[in-house]
This record gives sequence, structure tokens and C-alpha cells, in this order.
Amino acid sequence: MMEIKVNGKSSQVKDKSRVSGLLRHLKIPVKTCAIELNGRILKREEFSSVVIKPGDNVEIIRLMAGGE
Amino acid sequence: MKEDKLKIAGREFTSRLLLGTGKFASPKIMKAALAAAETAIVTVSLRRVDLKNPRDHILNNLDQKKYLLLPNTSGAKNAEEALRLARLSRSFGLPNWIKLEVTPDPRYLLPDPTETLSAAEQLVKEKFIVLPYINADPVLAKRLAEVGCAAVMPLGSPIGSAQGIKTRYHIEIIIEQATVPVIVDAGLGAPSHAAEALEMGADAVLVNTAIAAALNPVKMAEAFKLAVMAGRQAYLSGLITETKIAQASSPLHL
Repeated sequence: MMEIKVNGKSSQVKDKSRVSGLLRHLKIPVKTCAIELNGRILKREEFSSVVIKPGDNVEIIRLMAGGE
Repeated sequence: MKEDKLKIAGREFTSRLLLGTGKFASPKIMKAALAAAETAIVTVSLRRVDLKNPRDHILNNLDQKKYLLLPNTSGAKNAEEALRLARLSRSFGLPNWIKLEVTPDPRYLLPDPTETLSAAEQLVKEKFIVLPYINADPVLAKRLAEVGCAAVMPLGSPIGSAQGIKTRYHIEIIIEQATVPVIVDAGLGAPSHAAEALEMGADAVLVNTAIAAALNPVKMAEAFKLAVMAGRQAYLSGLITETKIAQASSPLHL
């Protein structure tokens, strides 16, 4: 296991997890989110190839209600 | 009469009433209100996924065949944060439209003009269709149109304040000088405020709180729809000029 940050919170994930694996683990549907890994926005095609490293900072963003 | 449609960046829309999706009591009420408003453009925001509620997002509740989803950069306090949110919005596979909002101060949520202009310039370069939320500043509106924004969205009064159009004089100048659509955004509290904007010649309005927080949001959405239609028709019909003294409408002699 390794420690990373997800949306500002420390989380434990399996070593060598890929981004797609992290989303599965968190039960977040791929098509409903945007991902920033250490400040870099990932393309959706990259989700299944990019490997997460210890200490990485992952931001997972969704679209939600909002107005003016 | 030729069909009167709102046209932004070459795309035509059947409604001049844009709706925000915030503050509705439930997705069901939101959906019913959007339908009653017969809106064609709805705004959404970008936030962190709630890890305790990972399936909570808005895409399931909005029919993209009916509505253009317009992500906003709400929450951005400077240009850099707005650029980040705009770029993130591209991940969702939506058309690359963005409502640019940069509001450094939470008390009045007034938009920062210089940060907005610099972010707008960059986003246009990155091929976004940019609709900036601005104070009713005619010079800024002109500058934003010049750098390639697809519309300008001057405020009537602070977001959610329901004060109506307190910036009338400046919005009139913006409309007079406009080379892109003018969408009055923020502060509209009643259908009469929306009608006023359209009567002045604004191309559209954006409403959220006044509908979402109404006792009956669905009926209020319909009321706004009717007001927008009335205001637009009045504008196209040529309003008479205001005068100080009476202009008798019956012959004065008996």
C-alpha cells in the first residue's frame, strides 16, 4: 500500500495503482470526472495508463449544480 | 416576421432565458423548472467529487440534447484559478463553452475586471467560446468583445441579491455599443426585472436564485419565460419615448 492525497485528504491505495483503478476503488464513474495529477490535467485516454506514485496529489473534479 | 433567435458564436438558441442549476431543492424540481422555463442553455459548476457520495454529479439530470451545458468558473478568485477550472471543464467532453467568472470577494461576489480580461484573452487563444461575467462597465465590455469573447454578461446587481437592474445606465451603453450578445446576469429577482432587461435591448438574461429559491420554482420558471418573451416582443415592437408631461390619448376638446 502507499499513501497519496485525494482531494486534499490522505488515502491509502495499492502500490502501482493506475488512475482508472483508483476511480474504480472510489466508485467514481470515469465519464463523470476530470482528473488533475500533481497539477497536470489528465486526458481521459490516460486514465488507464498513468500509474500513481507514493505522495502523488490527485484532484478529482465533477460537474455539479451551480448558477450565476 | 423572421424567426427571432438568440445567436451566440454562430449557434442559434430558441430561448433568451439562461438558467443556473444551483440551489434547487432536488434534481426533480430542477428538471421540472428547466422544462417550464423552456431554456436552452444551463450553467453548471466544477467542484471536487464528494468521496462519500461518489456518484453525485449533475450529468445524469441534464439532457444534453435539450440544453447546452455551460460550465462556469465560479469559485475562481483570480485568472489562474479560472483558467484551471476552464481547462478541467474540457475533460467532460462538452462543447468548449465557458462562463468566465472571477470573483475575489465573497461578500458582494463582484467580478474582478483585470483578472477577467486576462483570463478571457488566454481562453480565447485556447479556442474556448468565452462568456465573461462582468460588472456593467461599457469599456470592459468592449475590450472583452475585442479580444474575442462570444458574449458579455454584465450584472444587474450582486449575485442572488434580487435587487434587479441597478446598473441600467451602464447596461444601456453596453447594449448600444455591443458587437456581441449582451446577457444580463445576476441580481434579477423578479420576472419584471427580466422583462426590463429585454425591453432595454439585452439579448438574453441568466436567472438562477429567483427561480430556484422561489416557493414554487416551476411556476416561477414559467413566469420568467413569459416575462422574457414579453420583454423581447416589446423591444422589437418599438417602445414609445418617455416624456415629462402628459400626451393625451383622447381628443382634448369636448
